[in-house]
Amino acid sequence: MKILSPTAILGYGFPDASFAEGMRRRPDVLAVDGGSTDPGPYYLGSGKPFVSRAGVKQDLARLLQGQAELKIPLILGTAGGSGARVHLDWTLEIIQEIAREQQVTYRLGVIPADVTHDAVVQALAEDRILPLTNVPPLTEKVVRASTSIVAQMGAEPVVAALQEGFDIIICGRCYDPVPFAALALSKGMDPGPALHLGKILECASIAAMPGSGSDCVMGILDDHGFTLESLNPERRFTKVSVAAHSLYEKSDPLSLPGPGGVLDLSQVSYREWDQGRVRVEGSRFVRDAKYRIKLEAARCVGYRTISIAGVRDPGLIALLDEVLSKVQEQCRSRMDPQAKIHCHVYGRDGVMGPWEPERKMAHELGLVLEVLAPDQAAADNGCSLLRSTLLHYGFPGRLTTAGNLAFPYSPSDIAVGAAYEFSLYHLMEIDDPCCHFPLSERILMP
Amino acid sequence: MTLIPVTEVAHVIRSKNAGPYELTLDILFKDQATFAATRDACVVTPESIARLYGIPVTDVLKVIYYEPALAIKITLRRLMTSGAFGETDVYGAQQHAPLLRLMVPAGDSCR
Repeated sequence: MKILSPTAILGYGFPDASFAEGMRRRPDVLAVDGGSTDPGPYYLGSGKPFVSRAGVKQDLARLLQGQAELKIPLILGTAGGSGARVHLDWTLEIIQEIAREQQVTYRLGVIPADVTHDAVVQALAEDRILPLTNVPPLTEKVVRASTSIVAQMGAEPVVAALQEGFDIIICGRCYDPVPFAALALSKGMDPGPALHLGKILECASIAAMPGSGSDCVMGILDDHGFTLESLNPERRFTKVSVAAHSLYEKSDPLSLPGPGGVLDLSQVSYREWDQGRVRVEGSRFVRDAKYRIKLEAARCVGYRTISIAGVRDPGLIALLDEVLSKVQEQCRSRMDPQAKIHCHVYGRDGVMGPWEPERKMAHELGLVLEVLAPDQAAADNGCSLLRSTLLHYGFPGRLTTAGNLAFPYSPSDIAVGAAYEFSLYHLMEIDDPCCHFPLSERILMP
Repeated sequence: MTLIPVTEVAHVIRSKNAGPYELTLDILFKDQATFAATRDACVVTPESIARLYGIPVTDVLKVIYYEPALAIKITLRRLMTSGAFGETDVYGAQQHAPLLRLMVPAGDSCR
């Protein structure tokens, strides 16, 4: 079975030539991953996508055309970046626009991945919730405070949609390998190689040399393993580049847990074939006794306003910590009592914070002053106060009495809007792998 | 034992989130001999990583030697959940710099 992965995230784009080469080799399925938690909690929390609408539309238009040409399934995982209902609807709206422009009717299988707050609270009461490593135990209060809650679906709901005869399947939050493995699993192939291949294909050409998140790759799967082929002659796979990919963004390269089981890569062999191809065998999927899905959610923690400024005065740089702490102290009494203040100091430890081992200061520093408060007006007020107080603060030995900060922008303060934190990253035990992932048909006409 | 800078023998030294609660560091060696010499000399341990980052050894969750990729993987407890208030690196992609100071034993091919 040939599985074509065009790009690492829908909307990142891919070269026409690589995609045409892939199509020429007649894949059995087109699959693409749409999401990630890497960009942080804002996107799931707020319901916004993290890729551009124009990029997603351009990728989708070409993939839908490819699907129609070869009459093969097209499977999209984690629509809209975070895969909540609002992200799924955003993606469907783009497909509607394509249908209108191309005068084509699309029949879609749509699988949302939202879990209701009540269902999670009930699972919590029934002791079916387990925190992942380093994640605090869940409370009902945290569940209720979360905006959308999604769960990563396993392959079962997508396999069911394929068996219902849907050719175009748009999923909400989805375990990343699933769109690539689903067709193979629907035909009863071994889930070990299928899911391991999916793990690699979900990042498109990132596992190739040179790596790219926006170029096409073909995975060829059989009952014993799989082979990777770059669809761009400028890239090749090596056994080290493929093996190294199992490290990427994972805490353990040999054991990758997912819905319903663990992908065991401890017995995997990587062999280099001709023309930059790599053959992989020995991947095993070990089913868990209990089927668990991963829940994800974020909650709003307030509203943020920031101000960006540079400091070049050596006197202020020498006394910076003392000055920042005095300024904060002075502003506190006039700010919202719940407001939080943070000062990022670039040129000192702005990137690594407390982990920074170098203690030397640069000759100029970049400051990002940040205030988080219960509402935007309070955050704006806090940041304005902090900025103006620091601008005119008279520190000992000050020569620069006209102002302590260099602002690159007018206005100097930027209201960032709602700020979020991850609130759920827990496993939930379920009986039926499909129960939170209802399939429905959607017809999009011109 | 001759020690040489890790930057001379690794082709990848990187950091990235492994989910929003953990940070993972990878060192990928160019050749088998240096990888094996580094592994056998035990220069990368939870203790040495804790010293490099100035963190308690309990915050170094894993140190794994992965031969197929000639790699050492180190997983740390994140300072905070990705994107929480006070965050400095949402993706965790720039937390590798302390590793660049590592000195490792020269493998056969480097002598």
